[in-house]
Amino acid sequence: MSISVIKPGLLDTIQDLGRYGYSHWGINAGGVMDRFAASVANMLVGNCVDEPVLEVHFPGPQILFEQNALIAITGADFSASLNEELLPLWKPVVVRKNTVLHFPKLNFGARCYISVHGGPCIDKWLGSYSTNLKAAAGGKDGRPLRKGDEIHFKENSIYFAGLLHDDANFRALPWKADNNKIYHHPHEISVIPGKEWEELDASSQDNFLDNNFMIHPSSDRMGYQLKGTPLNLKKPFELISSGVNFGTIQLLPDGQLIILMADHQTTGGYPRIAHVISSHLPKLAQLRPSDCVKFKVTSIRAAEDLLIARQKELQVLHRACTDHLNALVC
Amino acid sequence: MLNLTAYHFSLNSDCTIFPLGDSSATLDLGNIVNEGLNQKVIEIKNWLQKNSFEGLKDIIIAYSSVSIVYDPFLIKERYQLPASAFEFVIDKLLEAFESATREYKPDEDIITIPVCYDEMFGNDLKFIAAQKNIPVEKVIELHHSKTYRLYMIGFLPGFSYMAEVDEQIAIPRKQKPVPVIAGSVGIAGSQTGIYPLNCPGGWQIVGRTPIKLFEPFADSPVKLKSGNLIKFYPITKEEFENNY
Repeated sequence: MSISVIKPGLLDTIQDLGRYGYSHWGINAGGVMDRFAASVANMLVGNCVDEPVLEVHFPGPQILFEQNALIAITGADFSASLNEELLPLWKPVVVRKNTVLHFPKLNFGARCYISVHGGPCIDKWLGSYSTNLKAAAGGKDGRPLRKGDEIHFKENSIYFAGLLHDDANFRALPWKADNNKIYHHPHEISVIPGKEWEELDASSQDNFLDNNFMIHPSSDRMGYQLKGTPLNLKKPFELISSGVNFGTIQLLPDGQLIILMADHQTTGGYPRIAHVISSHLPKLAQLRPSDCVKFKVTSIRAAEDLLIARQKELQVLHRACTDHLNALVC
Repeated sequence: MLNLTAYHFSLNSDCTIFPLGDSSATLDLGNIVNEGLNQKVIEIKNWLQKNSFEGLKDIIIAYSSVSIVYDPFLIKERYQLPASAFEFVIDKLLEAFESATREYKPDEDIITIPVCYDEMFGNDLKFIAAQKNIPVEKVIELHHSKTYRLYMIGFLPGFSYMAEVDEQIAIPRKQKPVPVIAGSVGIAGSQTGIYPLNCPGGWQIVGRTPIKLFEPFADSPVKLKSGNLIKFYPITKEEFENNY
């Protein structure tokens, strides 16, 4: 089974859940921006959650399926279409060979994930399939997909082909992953206070919690630059570099904020005002430039409880997906 | 308004543990650049590596802090905790702090790195000389006459933070980052470091090394590590080119 890129999109990369364990070399975890969408995409096609997926942005790529395949598309809604027919999202779909996947219209979100049953045949770099663009390693030769690229997949989805009706280009299987909870209230982002929260002056603390912040167009996979009322420290101070994390909100010297995203550097020296809770990173990852965020404070205990509840729901979903698929092919 | 202190744990006035989100925590020994503290940080990291636990995903070491990235779900499941995974992690970090050997055994071998200080590479030599009111030759001499400690690797793959440069050449970084070529050796405040990749950067560049600091597909992509002792030695433009 293989696919080929007819036309690349804005930024199409192969990503998994991240490359952990190499921070002491300055190598960041990277990985998908929206871990929920990527994990679900894999579950729907019967893959392990850490199988690499294709992360695409808008405008999206055009991709040719050279064989029949079982795929799933999750995350952003770019009107994913197969030839001229709209494909359902968050569902397993059997697609016929020689059809072309494309993304004509932006409806919602910033990143869309495509999983293929079996997962791609590519090499791991330092324990992960994620593309690290800075290091030019991982994923497809350490770079975004280009025109003419072919990606082979480990398993043939041939036994799903029998599910295709005579002249249909695809068949959506009759179950769907529920994502309502995850992207509910998309602009409300919960945070826990960071080490330097108390160094903000009182009115800046109020401003942080009362005002909206706009995601600046220069935002990318490394970080979201925010635009809003400038915040001030009680008194200026110098910090030496220390570890930062996906979701860390730093205060820049000009009083503006930046939220570190999947491709953030491993260490930083700006004050850490707050940290976005893990359960809200997926919806943050689906916000676009010019969208606004409003921060709400929660406790680490509440954040952890929510993360664990979400993880349990994912386990249930994974089991259900596996059972449904097994029932089909047995 | 917010009870932040509830999240923080102080072992003593100099050691605090605080969350870096809900899946990461930092043990901080103080906001200073100090050899002893950095050595302790390395020992804590070594201890954590030797005494790893289910759910420990990554360890970030910096000047005087160790941050760990963990999976709260795995920790809760594996250790059947009534308490939060964060409390479990605090205990682990405390154990690491207390158990990591206090012996101070600095590296004894000095790693030498060739640097070509030709103006062709050292774009900011003249600027530093003018700011500090010393000749360019003196800037160069001061930079390679000292042995530095490599405190941490961060920012980019293989980017080494070394300190401390002579006060006479300590200079703030640039206001705005400019394109920097791989191998460039720069100064920022009292730190010196080497850019492993072409990228935008704000450090004041004094020269360039032909040595590759980051080779993604080598057995060990980054050969230097925290705690190394580094000394630069000057090479000519010809030697630089022959080395390439």
